[in-house]
Amino acid sequence: MMRTLCAVAALSMLATVGCGKKTKEAKAPPPEPVSTAEIAPSPGGAAIGAVNLGLPAVPELAENPTTAEKVRLGNILFSDKRFSSTGEVSCATCHDPAKAFTDGPLSVSEGINKLTGTRNAPTVVNAAFFTSQFWDGRRPSLEEQSGDPFLNPVEMNLPSHDPIVKIVREDEAYQEMFREAFGVAPDAIAMDHVKKAIAAFERTIISGDSPFDRWRFGGEADAISDQAKRGFEIYINQGRCVSCHTITDTEALFTDNKFHNLGIGFSRISGDLDKVAGEFLRIAKTDQAADTAILGDANISEIGRFAVSRELQDIGQFKTSTLRNIAATAPYMHDGSLKTLREVVVFYNTNISPHEDQSQKPNPFQSGGIRPLNLDDAQIDDLVAFLETLTSPQYEDAARVSLAGQAKTAGRK
Amino acid sequence: MVKTLSKRALIKGATALAAGGVLDMTLIKLAFGAPGGAGDFTFAYISDAHIQQVEGAKFVRNWDRGLERAVAEANLLNPKPDFVMFGGDLAQLGKKEEIDHGAEIMSALRYDKVRYVLGEHDYYLDLGEYWSEALKSQHYYSWDHKGVHFITLNSIIVDDGWTNKWSTPMERMMVMAGLDDPRGSPFMVGEKQRLWLAADLAKVPKSTPIVVFSHSPLQKIFKNWNFWTDDAEDVQALLKPFDKVTVIYGHVHQIQYNQIGNISFNSVMATAWPWPYPETYTQAGSFLPVMTVPMNRADPFHERDATGWQFIDVNTGNVAVNYSLPDNSPRTVAFDPKLGRPRDLEFAERSIPPQMHF
Repeated sequence: MMRTLCAVAALSMLATVGCGKKTKEAKAPPPEPVSTAEIAPSPGGAAIGAVNLGLPAVPELAENPTTAEKVRLGNILFSDKRFSSTGEVSCATCHDPAKAFTDGPLSVSEGINKLTGTRNAPTVVNAAFFTSQFWDGRRPSLEEQSGDPFLNPVEMNLPSHDPIVKIVREDEAYQEMFREAFGVAPDAIAMDHVKKAIAAFERTIISGDSPFDRWRFGGEADAISDQAKRGFEIYINQGRCVSCHTITDTEALFTDNKFHNLGIGFSRISGDLDKVAGEFLRIAKTDQAADTAILGDANISEIGRFAVSRELQDIGQFKTSTLRNIAATAPYMHDGSLKTLREVVVFYNTNISPHEDQSQKPNPFQSGGIRPLNLDDAQIDDLVAFLETLTSPQYEDAARVSLAGQAKTAGRK
Repeated sequence: MVKTLSKRALIKGATALAAGGVLDMTLIKLAFGAPGGAGDFTFAYISDAHIQQVEGAKFVRNWDRGLERAVAEANLLNPKPDFVMFGGDLAQLGKKEEIDHGAEIMSALRYDKVRYVLGEHDYYLDLGEYWSEALKSQHYYSWDHKGVHFITLNSIIVDDGWTNKWSTPMERMMVMAGLDDPRGSPFMVGEKQRLWLAADLAKVPKSTPIVVFSHSPLQKIFKNWNFWTDDAEDVQALLKPFDKVTVIYGHVHQIQYNQIGNISFNSVMATAWPWPYPETYTQAGSFLPVMTVPMNRADPFHERDATGWQFIDVNTGNVAVNYSLPDNSPRTVAFDPKLGRPRDLEFAERSIPPQMHF
């Protein structure tokens, strides 16, 4: 029954809301029948239309206006493990609200049976502002994106979307929620509704109001430290960060929504570009085949944007991530190969991953904007301090945990 | 036709040995409406690298990176072009170190045959002596390939009075390297080469397609920048009797195309920098030549913006120039038999208002 569902704690920042029940740990296969009522909704969603300091209004699709009913439904769908072949994986497995909707410290995500993909889970937080989804932008909207992981063999591994439609049509609580959200009878519930509801929920996973926002846009002169202010100066000048992680006078999305070859992970395929790209073209006859190849083959993963545009010049390019809550979402880059924020800054300073041979030449496809920055150690520290001011109040705990992990990683060296 | 052409650009990257069967050559031939097919082929064209020594083993990184990228992309083309042309200005100041460094980057090309055009930046230090020696190239020459007669001209010489009036070779080089320098002199092909050209062409049937490579345009565009060849009309007159003639030139660092009578003109892009470029083109210390007329075109951050290289399809004697433009959409300028001139296939169809300010 709908009324027995825990109300979505839309504004709660707590990881466990006062639901009285915990998400059931399913030991399937076959999946245990889980009551929808037992699924704890994710915290962290913002009220629809809420104003977030530092962010513009949330864009939405005309055909899928955000409503409270859809958001509530999408939140439950997001955490429903029944939509995987083992009954153990939901969207929230890799996009964990307690980890700012990522799955650190994993470099690349784990799906069913601990199978690993090839890419680091991008955060859902503020993904609504991206003009394309996935690291290579192969889906144009949250709606389009949300359907793919269910079918990928290393993610949730369903043979088709039919099992999902079957569950939501038969589950009484879902019947009620779909009726409220879309005005549909149980028989008429389709995958399209599922995708729209998840997307609507994701459009409420929005967060600004970071110390940086309060300093830059809120007029609070001492919201960030002097060191972070020096870091911001480097961010917009010598560090050249702002060229891709763009900000304006009134808001800061920290992304140009474009694609760039940084040289991260590219050495894996740089000697075999024709073979790897050719192999992808040969097998990627459908969107789903492309999705499977990209997450299933570590070499093909590295072709990046080429998988979408099939233009030679886009090879090895990946989407510019937002930097909001970056302190909470280690490890970094599309392959999760950089473990700490400092490693990321060091990489941009030298243009070669600290984990790779430092004497190698940058690959010929590395984007023209990437060039040595000549930052000294103190400047690198300043820049890292600035990046740590981009954490929204909702993710302060996640950032604390992530930064502690990063400090441990750094200490091990 | 337009659609199919762009589809070719999509698949140009990547089939190679391992893949097989992705790209069907016959589709391309049909796309060009050339059912005859014999003599249709592709060659790659890289130009204006301007490799520049800073000091010792240090070279301007940006120019290196542009040429390296073009070489890497050209190596991935499939079907593989028949040969590679380099359109001149391999070096910035004609220095041995610059020509050697440029030749080293070019040596990564996996092609049997690479031919070079002489640019003024290669020439005015030692009048092309080391360039010839290092690249094993004559200053002007001709050859036949699959039914097309190719000619490379040295179009950047000036009269002997100007050439010999300088106190040092580097002084001469520096004057010619400046785009707006009023002490410069207009380029020409010159009488000696025109006589050679007339003799060369005398052996060629008038129905044979002719493709001429020059560094400066063999047409008059803008004298102050030497987008100009002073005896262009005389050269054009020698080419006039032939059915199909295409002139492909570098030097201008931008996309140009034109038709004069039977002669189609196509420019190629530079791998180094675009002309003109905006004042904001770089943020860091810059080796760009001083520019008097900035333009608001290029992205100031992305070093490769408004640069590029090209592969050129020759079909039934006419050419289609396919531009590969990093950070921009690929573009194709192809001869349109209906219009009887080159046409910018997709770009010109968009309604982009002309730029009214500079």
